[in-house]
Amino acid sequence: MTHTPNTGAPPTLPAIPPQQPSPTALGSTTPAPASPPAPPTAPTRRRTAFAEGVDQLRHAATTEPGRLRIIGAVLAALVVAFGAVTAWQMTDRAAAADAVLTSSQPLTSDAADIYRSLADANTAASSGFLAGGQESAATRDRYERDIATAAAKLVNAAANAEPGSPSTETITKLNRLLPEYKGLVERARTYNRQGYPVGGAYLRYANEKMQQEMLPAAQDLYTKENERLRADYADATPYPWPAIALGLVTLAALAWVQRRSYLRTNRVLNHGLVAATTAAAIVLLWLTAGHTLARSRLDDSYDHGVRSLAVLHDARIASLKARGNENLTLVARGAETTKVGDKTLDAYDHDFTREIDTLAKGLAHARRLADDDTGEKPVTAAVGNMTEWKKRHAAAREQDENGNYQQALDMVIGAKGATGECFDAVDANLATALKHEEAEFATAAVDGRDALTGLPTGAAVLAVLGAAGAVLGIGRRLSEYR
Amino acid sequence: MHARHLRARLKGWGGVGAMAAACALAVVFALAVTCTGSVASQASDPHRAGDRTAQARTADAPRAADDCEAPEKQTLSPSRADGPTITAIKNRPGEKRKLVVGVDQNSYRWGYRDPNGGESGRLEGFDIDLVHRIAEDILGDPDAVQFKAIPTDQRIPAIQDGRVDLVVRTMTINCSRLQDVAFSAPYFKTGQQVLAPKSSPVTGYDETLAHHKICTAKGSTAHAKLEEDRESGDLPASTDISTTVPNQLDCLVRLQLGEVDAVVNDGALAASQAAQDPTVELKGEAFTTEYYGVAMKKDADDLVRRVNQILVDFRQDTATGWQASYTKWLSATLDDDPSASRPPTPEYLRRS
Repeated sequence: MTHTPNTGAPPTLPAIPPQQPSPTALGSTTPAPASPPAPPTAPTRRRTAFAEGVDQLRHAATTEPGRLRIIGAVLAALVVAFGAVTAWQMTDRAAAADAVLTSSQPLTSDAADIYRSLADANTAASSGFLAGGQESAATRDRYERDIATAAAKLVNAAANAEPGSPSTETITKLNRLLPEYKGLVERARTYNRQGYPVGGAYLRYANEKMQQEMLPAAQDLYTKENERLRADYADATPYPWPAIALGLVTLAALAWVQRRSYLRTNRVLNHGLVAATTAAAIVLLWLTAGHTLARSRLDDSYDHGVRSLAVLHDARIASLKARGNENLTLVARGAETTKVGDKTLDAYDHDFTREIDTLAKGLAHARRLADDDTGEKPVTAAVGNMTEWKKRHAAAREQDENGNYQQALDMVIGAKGATGECFDAVDANLATALKHEEAEFATAAVDGRDALTGLPTGAAVLAVLGAAGAVLGIGRRLSEYR
Repeated sequence: MHARHLRARLKGWGGVGAMAAACALAVVFALAVTCTGSVASQASDPHRAGDRTAQARTADAPRAADDCEAPEKQTLSPSRADGPTITAIKNRPGEKRKLVVGVDQNSYRWGYRDPNGGESGRLEGFDIDLVHRIAEDILGDPDAVQFKAIPTDQRIPAIQDGRVDLVVRTMTINCSRLQDVAFSAPYFKTGQQVLAPKSSPVTGYDETLAHHKICTAKGSTAHAKLEEDRESGDLPASTDISTTVPNQLDCLVRLQLGEVDAVVNDGALAASQAAQDPTVELKGEAFTTEYYGVAMKKDADDLVRRVNQILVDFRQDTATGWQASYTKWLSATLDDDPSASRPPTPEYLRRS
């Protein structure tokens, strides 16, 4: 580029004329020269500059050194453009893959945990009421732990939510309701200790707040985080077609130039051009292979991680709801009924049946999705727990239907042989399964993200090197014309 | 139902019977007139029009809502005889041989669960004592009871659907309810009263309630009374009575949380709310007179008579009866002297 034997500066310039006149400017000025004498100078000069450039280019193309200069410039531009497009597209994908791993999936899990903690706290509170004023240390601890988890996860969710987004609104709402809920439960406890039934009324009010405001909000947050997760996957996985196409064009151009050079000089290798070709080929290979690997691992993380996690979360929530309804059946003592066909059923027991069916379906689905023994074992165990739960529940209901409330109560919240044991076992097994799937997800997603590591930087560096190679290679040929 | 089922139990009641018959005739005539008139009002007030047709259909003229005097007297005379309802209860198989009773589990000292009762779901209170007494009399075992907790507005549907045999749940005997269920003789006397914080400017059931929010239980006599009085202007129109809750005790929660300014409730229940919170008190005197009765299915004549007989014994029994239960549960929250709460000597004016 620096060795410019005859024509001086022009050759490098035409690609970027200093003041390229816009077509509208040209169009508007064309009719103008008719009347005013002064203005014509500007358009003519501008037109001359552009025309001059074209003329110079046309002129340069008539000589071999001129043609070489043009070729060199185009090649360098192609290689740089290829590198730039690759770097840009892969930066987006790497960022999305990183978001899947480090932000949207954890946040989705957090949202599921928030829902779970809230529902579980509510169930623990109602169990405490059933057990009488002196709730056990275990129930109280469970409740406190659930509230602490929900609060911590809400802070995390708030920190990661975009300001002004609908999620922020939901999180704010939950943050406002949580202390309100806790206040109601604390009052309930105080009155219970004093022996006043108004404690039970506070608990009902707290339960209403939870069921009608907090859990729907938590559900909403979970849905929104899930959408974000899916959007991140959608950003991370599509093929970078523009980069690939540009890569192929660059390689083709390099091949053509080298063939041309071979035909004209009979020299097989031009070091600079070979270097440029190698660099471009490496970038293209790296791009294709890296992305394909990343894509397949991310798809794995979705199919074996995210989908299983969603199914397991749903199953866990169904089991929680079933437990909550089982407790409420005894708390309400037949206060709420619902009509199914011409039969009047206990509303809470009816809901229990529905939730336990959801749980059964969820577990069956999770079992189908489980792809290894470690994943399947806890799910199978949970199915066993659930079967036992249904059996014990039926026995407890029979006692209650027969008016043996005390026996029914013992069979639901008692220490040994109660349905509470089964629920705890289902919950623990699902927690194990979730942990396993979470690990599976993380492994695959880390692989996916790491497959893209360095690709944007690498592509940029290699493109600069390739462009330099192309320019040097052409410069070498040019120097022969001195 | 048993429309012209005149039972010849007229010993010494001939005069009263004749008067009742005359009343019945008068009301049937009045109904016939209003029915023809109701066609015009049907479009403007379909609900009331529906009520009227229902009255006309049941043809229980003496107990029609508009023309019902002394609802607490509209019950059958006591008897120990078993009829189809009692036989059916006694014939329940095995574990199910229990009396199914609708009660409240939130009314302090009436029907509630002591939260400190440990791991026991045992309900207790004045109403519960009566339930055990009825179970003992009918089935020979005071604990042969299946308790069902029912919200205030579910008391009548629960009886009509046969989900419970009877309801003992501080239930006021009134004319509109008499159209749907049968009541025993009254077992308690009370009246609506206002409950508000001690610091509140509300002084009673009067104009001080203007611009205040009042909480009542859904389907309660208190709510019906407020609606009626606001329409007639006895209650300031600016009083907000839109807050209704499933259970009267939920009103205390709303009051404590500042969501409402006052609660209107039966004095007996309002007193038990005040007993749970020293910062609230009853304001003014009772502004209605109401009687609690045991509610049963409309056609369960034998059960109504039997419960009335049990109530006769309950009132007479000084050792473990009405007086003892009152002293045990209510003297602390109401008054040491039960005379204000003691029901009047029952009259049994219902004939069929």
